Amino acid sequence: MTMTSEFTGADPAPAAARESGVRHLISVADLDREAMLGIFHLADAFKEVAERPIPRVPALRGKTVATLFFEPSTRTRLSFEAAAKRLSADVMSFSASTSSLEKGESLRDTIETIDAMGVDAMVVRHKSSGVPSQVRAWTKASVVNGGDGQHEHPTQALLDCYTIREALADRVPAGGAGPEDLRGLRIAIVGDVRHSRVARSDVLAMTALGAEVVLVGPRTLLPPSLEGWPVKATADLDDVMGSLDVIYLLRIQKERAQAALLPSLEEYHRRFGLTRERAAHLDPRVLVMHPGPMNRGVEIAPEAAELPSSLITRQVRNGVLIRMAVLFHLLGAGGPLPVAPGHSDSGPAGEGRSEVGHPGEGRFDVSGSEPGQTGAGPEAGGASDA
Amino acid sequence: MRPMPEHDGGADRPALLVRGGRVIDSEGERRADVLIQGRDIVAVGTDLPAGGNGVTVLDAGECIVAPGLVDLHTHLREPGGEIAETVETGTRAAAVGGYTAVVAMPNTEPAIDNPSIVRDVLALGRSALAEVAVAAAITVGRAGTTLSPMGEIAALGVHLFTDDGRGVQDSGLMRRALEYASDLGVVLAQHCEDAGLAAGGHMHEGAWSSRLGLSGQPAVAEEAMVARDLALVRETGAPMHFLHLSTAGSVELIRRAKADGLPVTAEVTPHHLVLTDACVAGYDTAFKVNPPLRTDADVAALREALVDGVIDAVATDHAPHATEFKEEPFDLAPFGMIGLETSLAVLHTISAGDSPDGWPGGSWPLAELLASVSWRPARIAKLDRASGGRQGGPIAPGAPANLVVFDPAEIWKVDPGAMVSRSHNTPFAGMLLTGRVRHTIYEGEAIVIDQHAQR
Repeated sequence: MTMTSEFTGADPAPAAARESGVRHLISVADLDREAMLGIFHLADAFKEVAERPIPRVPALRGKTVATLFFEPSTRTRLSFEAAAKRLSADVMSFSASTSSLEKGESLRDTIETIDAMGVDAMVVRHKSSGVPSQVRAWTKASVVNGGDGQHEHPTQALLDCYTIREALADRVPAGGAGPEDLRGLRIAIVGDVRHSRVARSDVLAMTALGAEVVLVGPRTLLPPSLEGWPVKATADLDDVMGSLDVIYLLRIQKERAQAALLPSLEEYHRRFGLTRERAAHLDPRVLVMHPGPMNRGVEIAPEAAELPSSLITRQVRNGVLIRMAVLFHLLGAGGPLPVAPGHSDSGPAGEGRSEVGHPGEGRFDVSGSEPGQTGAGPEAGGASDA
Repeated sequence: MRPMPEHDGGADRPALLVRGGRVIDSEGERRADVLIQGRDIVAVGTDLPAGGNGVTVLDAGECIVAPGLVDLHTHLREPGGEIAETVETGTRAAAVGGYTAVVAMPNTEPAIDNPSIVRDVLALGRSALAEVAVAAAITVGRAGTTLSPMGEIAALGVHLFTDDGRGVQDSGLMRRALEYASDLGVVLAQHCEDAGLAAGGHMHEGAWSSRLGLSGQPAVAEEAMVARDLALVRETGAPMHFLHLSTAGSVELIRRAKADGLPVTAEVTPHHLVLTDACVAGYDTAFKVNPPLRTDADVAALREALVDGVIDAVATDHAPHATEFKEEPFDLAPFGMIGLETSLAVLHTISAGDSPDGWPGGSWPLAELLASVSWRPARIAKLDRASGGRQGGPIAPGAPANLVVFDPAEIWKVDPGAMVSRSHNTPFAGMLLTGRVRHTIYEGEAIVIDQHAQR
C-alpha cells in the first residue's frame, strides 16, 4: 500500500469514534438521502409537539446537550437550545469569542474539560473550519456541527430543504401528498459561495435530494475549484432567473469589497442582487430564501424580502424542528417516535430506555468520564446510542 | 574556512569496527568493513580483523553503510523556540535519523541575522550530536527591508543565506542581495512564496481547500517567485538554491533554467514526495505545512525531477512545534512538521516504486536516494571534503568518520511518543515504514547504536 493512498481523506473520522458507534453530524455528507428523509419525518412529527400548550416531550430525558459557541450566534444557539429543551434534555452552554489559546487553554483542553462533565452531545460553532471534526477525537459525545468557518452548516441545509419541501406540499390540493424530496427542482444559490458554510452544506443536501443546483456569482466569490461538486456555475444571474424554482441568496460580508473580491457592494447589488426590478419580473411561484441575517439593499432589495413567496421566516421556525429531529436522530434510542398525539406528558412510547435510571441522576456515572466505567452493565448503554 | 567541529579528538576512544555492511557512497558500492580510529576512517576492506584489544564492533550485517546524511533544512528553534526544540534535541533527532550534519535555519527569535547570534548557535553546535552549520538571514529580522551583514557573517563560515519561513518579497532588494552575495561567494536560498498570491492560505488551493472551506495558497504563489528569482539569477549571474519546491510548475521552471546552464540547485522534502492535500480532509494539523501538501500530479512531477536531477537534494524542513500549538483549529495552528527521524525510512519505503504514482523507471535506485540526502546536499552546503568540510564521504582511509548504518529490511511503525525530538508533530504517525537507521557515527563516535542515541 502506498502512503498517498492511505491518506485519500475518504474517511477522516478518527478510528476510535467509528468503533464506539457514537454518531456525529459534521457534514451533510454524513447523511444519505434516506437519513435526511428520516429527519424530515421526525421534524413533521415534532411540528405537532410545537403546537401543544407545553411543547415538550421526554424523548431525551436524562441526556445532556452542551452548546459550545466559540463564535457569537444568538439565533443558531437559541434554536439548538430550544430544540434540546423541547426534547427534555439538560442543556449546558459555553461561549468564548476568542481563541482558547489566548487565555492559555488549548481547544483540546476546553473540549476535554467539558467532556469530563459528562455530556451526550456537543453542538459546536466555531469561526474556524474543521473544529467539529477535530473535536470528535477529544470527546465521547456526539458532535453536531453548528456551523464551522467556511466549511459546513448542516442543520441549516436540512432546515432549508425541509422548508422547500413544506412550501411545495402547501401547493398540493388538500388530501394529496407533498413531494418526498427535491427531485426536478432547479435551485440557484447566489452570492459568496466561496466563503459560505451554508452554501457548502446546501449543495450537498439539495443535490442528494435530487435538485439541480446552479451557483451564481462572480468568479472571485465562487470556490477556486468546483471539482467534484455536482453543480453548474455562472456569473449571469439574469440568464438563469427564468428557469428557477428556488432562488437562495447568500449573505455578503461587507469586507469582501475591501479584499478586492468585489469593486463595491453597489455593483454587487446590480449584478447579483435580487433587485426591485428582478423581483418584479420574478415568477410568483419561485421561492425566495436567505439564511439570514439579511443585508437589505445588498443581496436583496427590501421589497423582495417581503414577497409572498419568501420563505425567510419559515426557515427560522423550521430550524427548531430540524434541530429537534437531528438531536433525536443522534441521541435517541432509534425506536418509534415518542410523540404519539395527546400523550405529551407520558413516557416516551417505545423509546426503549425510559426504565434506565432516573433522568439527570446517575447519568454522569454511565457517561464514561472514567475509562474504567465504560461497558459497566446494560445501563451503560445510556452513554451513547444503540 | 569553517572551523572543525570542536568535538573531542576521540584519541582515547577505542577503535570502532563497522563490520559486514554494504558500503555505498559516491564512488559506488562494495561489501566492506570500516575501521575507525579517533575521528577518521583508517581502513576499509573485507574481513578486517577486530584485533581484540578494545575494538568496539558495530554489527552492520544486512545493512547499508553510507556517508552520514546532511540536512539542508532544519529548524533547530534555538534561540527563542526552546519549547519546541533545541540544538541538542534537534541534533539528537538528526543522529537517530542518520544525519551527521544539519543546516540550522535562521527563523529563530531573534533571527540569525548577525555575527553574534551565528557564533552563539555555532557554539551550541560544537557539543551537539551532529555538525551544525548555520544558514543566516538575508535581511535584518527577516523583515525583507534591509540586508543583513552578510560579509561579516560569511567570514564566520556561513555559506547559505535565506529568510526561510517567507520569501524576500521586494524584487529590487532581492536583486541587490544576489549581487552582494555573489561578491562574497555565498549562496542565497529562497522560500518561494509570493505573499500577495498566497494571501495567508492554510493549505494548497484546489479541490480539497474548496471542499473544506479553508483558504488556500495557489501553486502560482510559489511559481511566481521561482520565475522571478530565475530571472534575477539570469540577470545577476549569482547562484541560488531553491528550498522545498512543491509544485509541478516550479519543477518545470527549474528544469528549463538548468538546461540553460543557470547556477541553481533545488531541494524537495520527503513529505512533498509522499503526501497530498487530501491528507487535510480530517483537519489534522499534523498535515499543515508550508509550502502546503499539493496534488498527486505535483508528487509525480517532484519524483520525476528528483530522478532526472532537476532537483538535487531531499531536505527535511524539520519544523518542530509544541503539541499545544498544534492542537488548535486548523487556521490558527502553525505550519510545519518534523522529519529528521523518519526521512530516510520514508524515502526508502517509497523508493521501491510499488505505488500507483511510482517512479520513472520503476524504482528509485538506492545510490541515487543516498546521493540526494548525503553527498549532494553536502556539496550544496559546502560541507563536503572538496570544500574543506568533513561530510558526504566518500568512505575511504583517511576520510572523516561520519557514517550511517541503515537496515533496509526492518519494518517499523512510527510512534510520535517514541521520538527523541522535543516535538512530536509528525505526519507519519502510525505508518509502517520499511528500513531504519541502526547506527550513526559522528566524528568517529558511535552516537547512535541500535537506534538509541548514546547521549
